[in-house]
Amino acid sequence: MKAEENIQKELENKFNYLIGKVRIQRVRRLWLEIDYDKFRTVFEFSINQLGFSLLCAITGLDDGEKLGLIYHLANPNGTVLNIKTSVPMNNPVVKTVTDLFPAAEVYEREMADLLGAKIEGLEPGFRYPLTDDWPTDQFPLRKSWKMPEEQKGAI
Amino acid sequence: MAEAEEFRIPIGPQHPALKEPESFSVALKGEKILGVDVRLGYNHRGIEKACEERTYIQDIYLVERICGICSHVHSTCFIQGVEEIAGLQVPKRALYIRSLVGELERVHSHLLWLGVAGHEIGFDTLLMYSWRDRETVMDILTVLTGNRVNYGINTLGGVRRDITPEQAKDALTGIDKLEERTKYYIELATHETTIINRLSGVGVLSKEEATRLGALGPTGRASGITQDVRKDDPYAAYAELDFKVISDNHNDVYGRTIVRMLELLESYKMIRQILNNLPAGPISVRAPRRIPAGEVLSRYEAPRGECVHYIKANGTDKPERVKFRAPTLANVQAVKYMLRDRYLADLPIVIAAIDPCFSCTDRMVEIDDLDSGERQVLDWGTLHRYSIDWYKKQGIDFAKMGARQK
Repeated sequence: MKAEENIQKELENKFNYLIGKVRIQRVRRLWLEIDYDKFRTVFEFSINQLGFSLLCAITGLDDGEKLGLIYHLANPNGTVLNIKTSVPMNNPVVKTVTDLFPAAEVYEREMADLLGAKIEGLEPGFRYPLTDDWPTDQFPLRKSWKMPEEQKGAI
Repeated sequence: MAEAEEFRIPIGPQHPALKEPESFSVALKGEKILGVDVRLGYNHRGIEKACEERTYIQDIYLVERICGICSHVHSTCFIQGVEEIAGLQVPKRALYIRSLVGELERVHSHLLWLGVAGHEIGFDTLLMYSWRDRETVMDILTVLTGNRVNYGINTLGGVRRDITPEQAKDALTGIDKLEERTKYYIELATHETTIINRLSGVGVLSKEEATRLGALGPTGRASGITQDVRKDDPYAAYAELDFKVISDNHNDVYGRTIVRMLELLESYKMIRQILNNLPAGPISVRAPRRIPAGEVLSRYEAPRGECVHYIKANGTDKPERVKFRAPTLANVQAVKYMLRDRYLADLPIVIAAIDPCFSCTDRMVEIDDLDSGERQVLDWGTLHRYSIDWYKKQGIDFAKMGARQK
């Protein structure tokens, strides 16, 4: 667990508001939760200074009042740093990270389509993954969204 | 000679070569590709939402159906995450069986890919040979699990079927045969000039670009990236198995072929280790129906690269949220990059080389006038008339030619 503790220490030394906030879940798994206004700084530090060079995925969560976001970063040694943050559900504006990870484009489009996130700074392109004629105010991964009666049993 | 015009052709979403839909809108100048827009999502079935409405046990069988080839990938990735939240100690024998099925699945996937790659470059003999040989591993999987795909081997807390010594013996005989055939393919790929010349310098992706774009699996490893979840973040029985991570520095489709072929030899090595040293003991432990609250990120090295599952449990028998990220999604950006400034003729093999699929032009052409921004859609009939008129202007009238033949 030495490597994980070192990462924890480096984060806490750099950002004092992270003291006690970095959780080591098990070997090779770390979690931390921060406010969205501090997210970009910690995110960039983790990539550039701590060597988390791979973005495994971005998970969007319907946390009721909030749209939860988890950025799953990995380093070449197999350690994953999960950075959790959130934006208000009534104004879910999320800034793109495609400038750092071009592959994030599809993950962000997915959050826009399925959870209604408004991604700022994303270049125009095809939507993903819903069909072109899917209503723009229907977000299926929100907890309030229920499958229409006539579609039940389809899968 | 007049300069070539810029135009755009839609390719997909119907793919006669492989049964998977995706659509590429290719901007061309002459036969050079200026850029590619990719439209995905035709196969979106709402499985993440459906998982929230089903129990963990039901979800195992649902996630196994995310992909026809990587079925064991998804069920294992999902289940090891749920087991981690529940704190289950899965017996060693079960972990070995999971790795065994995983490696057999990799063998079937890589041999399938070899055939597709052969087909895309017009080498159909290779397709026939490799798919014939692939039947050997499909037979082994059928004997061990009861199915060619969607093995249904996993369950919460272990696996559902044990392996008898007779089955292990038969599987080892099959592996010997496959290894001999794979060595022949490696010999072929490294000595046959037609293959070397057709694949070298095609779909180039440098190590720097591969890292920047997040290329995964054999696509990344053929560009000198040495990451492999089996080694870096071991799961199932991989921490106890002896194998090498294959990487290559050709940075092109040729390199991706070499990586996959050499990975096959590593898989055979692992399969032998597992079958010869299968730990004794039970194959599963009793698992609770309700999973305590918690969240995990589970990773798995699929044949195409890293597969990621995020699972959040809320204390009930159904997950609060699941999120799946399959490797092809991460490799899409790399494909777009690899195609830029290359020839249209290389598009099928470049796309096939990350191991998804491709082919077919829609019977419709959409023209973007880059100067005025106007869009015009030509249907099949209009295009047909346009071609007749165009030839007439060149002094060729097909109607008259037909009359003359009579």
